[in-house]
Amino acid sequence: MCGIAGIIHKGKSTNVGGEMQKMLQSLKHRGPDSTGYALYGNGESNNYILRFKVGENVKEGSSAIMEDASIYETRKDEVNKKIKEAGAKIHKQAQITPYSFRYVISYKGDLLDLAKLIESVEMTEILSLGKSLELIKDIGDASVVADNYGLNKFNGTHGIGHTRMATESGVDIRSAHPYWAYPFSDVSVVHNGQLTNYWNNRRTLEKKGMRFMSSCDSELIAVYLADKIRNGVDLEEAMRGSLEDLDGVFTYLVATKDKLGMAKDHMAAKPMVLYESKDLVALASEEVAIRTVLPKEIDTYDPYEGEVKVWQA
Amino acid sequence: MASVKKHKSEEMGLHDEVLTGRTQQVFFNPEESENFFYHDAYDVDFNKRTEIDAKNLDCRDINDQIKNMMSKGYGTIVIKNPGSKHSVGVGILNKLNLIVDGSLGYFGIGSVDGPTVRISGRVGWSCAENMMAGKVVVEKNAGSCFGAAIRGGDLICKGSVGARSGIDMKGGTIIIGGDAGAFTGFMMQRGRIVILGDVGPNLGDSLYDGTIFVGGSIKSLGADAVEAEMTDLDVAWLKRKLKVSEIDKKVDFKKMTKIVSGKKLWNYDNLEPTERKGAI
Repeated sequence: MCGIAGIIHKGKSTNVGGEMQKMLQSLKHRGPDSTGYALYGNGESNNYILRFKVGENVKEGSSAIMEDASIYETRKDEVNKKIKEAGAKIHKQAQITPYSFRYVISYKGDLLDLAKLIESVEMTEILSLGKSLELIKDIGDASVVADNYGLNKFNGTHGIGHTRMATESGVDIRSAHPYWAYPFSDVSVVHNGQLTNYWNNRRTLEKKGMRFMSSCDSELIAVYLADKIRNGVDLEEAMRGSLEDLDGVFTYLVATKDKLGMAKDHMAAKPMVLYESKDLVALASEEVAIRTVLPKEIDTYDPYEGEVKVWQA
Repeated sequence: MASVKKHKSEEMGLHDEVLTGRTQQVFFNPEESENFFYHDAYDVDFNKRTEIDAKNLDCRDINDQIKNMMSKGYGTIVIKNPGSKHSVGVGILNKLNLIVDGSLGYFGIGSVDGPTVRISGRVGWSCAENMMAGKVVVEKNAGSCFGAAIRGGDLICKGSVGARSGIDMKGGTIIIGGDAGAFTGFMMQRGRIVILGDVGPNLGDSLYDGTIFVGGSIKSLGADAVEAEMTDLDVAWLKRKLKVSEIDKKVDFKKMTKIVSGKKLWNYDNLEPTERKGAI
């Protein structure tokens, strides 16, 4: 059934990593297989933050292969070469897990060109590439992932996250949420539900040159929005369009550098509870998640069917 | 067509349908309901009051404590710090005055028969699901599937509710002070829903029986839901029910819209296949 959550602070930075960890941990019962975070920090001036992996973490149902860790170093070196080849400069590099890396790079060219070069390295997937977005996802509950990736002290304005119960595809990182809206910096998506016209839409988008990394239906939303944004459509308008073009039952959250949005399908079959004040907006599949960051009595409500909302940081 | 004996519940205006075909109809008896007690029900005193602090308890512990307090004769129980936890206050088959000081998560006050419950905050999905009798009042908003499959009792939300309120309800009354979402009264089989605000699309979709009253606008009606004329009996019933519901809102009852079943889907399983197509 999956759990999704998001929080956005209006006009201030706070420990959004710690807040998201608490919210997602309280939704563990909705999805114990993997957890993902899309956190929006204060950035590294004009540089890009690149999060990528060169291998998979695999559990039941996955068609991916768990490889020997010795291959990861070789792939990382190849990625470094590709980054230089693209004309980008690496300022900082950190290995977070054996297969997962965080780089700070400067780059002035087309992000699509850079992304294609990096992903030409075998088993390499960019999780995020942006000036404030850092996308982290792995197998395990929210606390495990936050501890392994050091997210509990992450400062930023907003974030979205996901706890996954694997249904449509296996348990691995590539099927975990959030999804980055490749190749647009700082756009991420989490989703709860099922899309029933996935293949039709995927084929259409692939013909347009859009790239899919998994067979998870949720990735379609990120790619769909990326395609709309690429064609100059405003985020909110693209989200409204998704309610007409995507079939199924779904509620999803999308975040950009300075915005957080939500959309709910016309059947209102998937839950979402929302709290909004002048300082912040918090929303989640269940109110218990909101209570972990706002323990006092608060007024919350369920957005209605076909509703789209967008908030500014 | 099987004829049905005039029953007191009909005289009270509780329903007017005559079922046919293979359906077996058993009427609700108000006297029997009022004097009904389960064989293991606790003898509680409403003047005997206690509190349960739910802050560090899970739902199983909270429900065990409620039962424990009832066994000691407490008739008024206040739950402090409920923290939107799920499945709190379920399975109470007893007369009880339960006060929830805060909000509940999913499936709160489900499968109850008899208690009077007041919730000062909000409730999540499926509040009071399968309620048989009693009264539940929610002071703020409610999630989807509010009062799903209730058989009796009064379920009141002073705020707005999500989608599919009263889905599959088989009796009782749901009163909503604010707005309601899509598919309200979906596959409703008996009972009444009153919405004082606006309601979303597909109201009363596949409605078998029962009545829905709407004070505001209706986005669209579902399959087999039709508008009917408001009667003096309807207005009298609404006045009485709204007074009991404690919703402080001025309502022109005569201007409310009454929705009932077109009964084209009713006794659907007795229709010939060609008739089924026509009904849809």
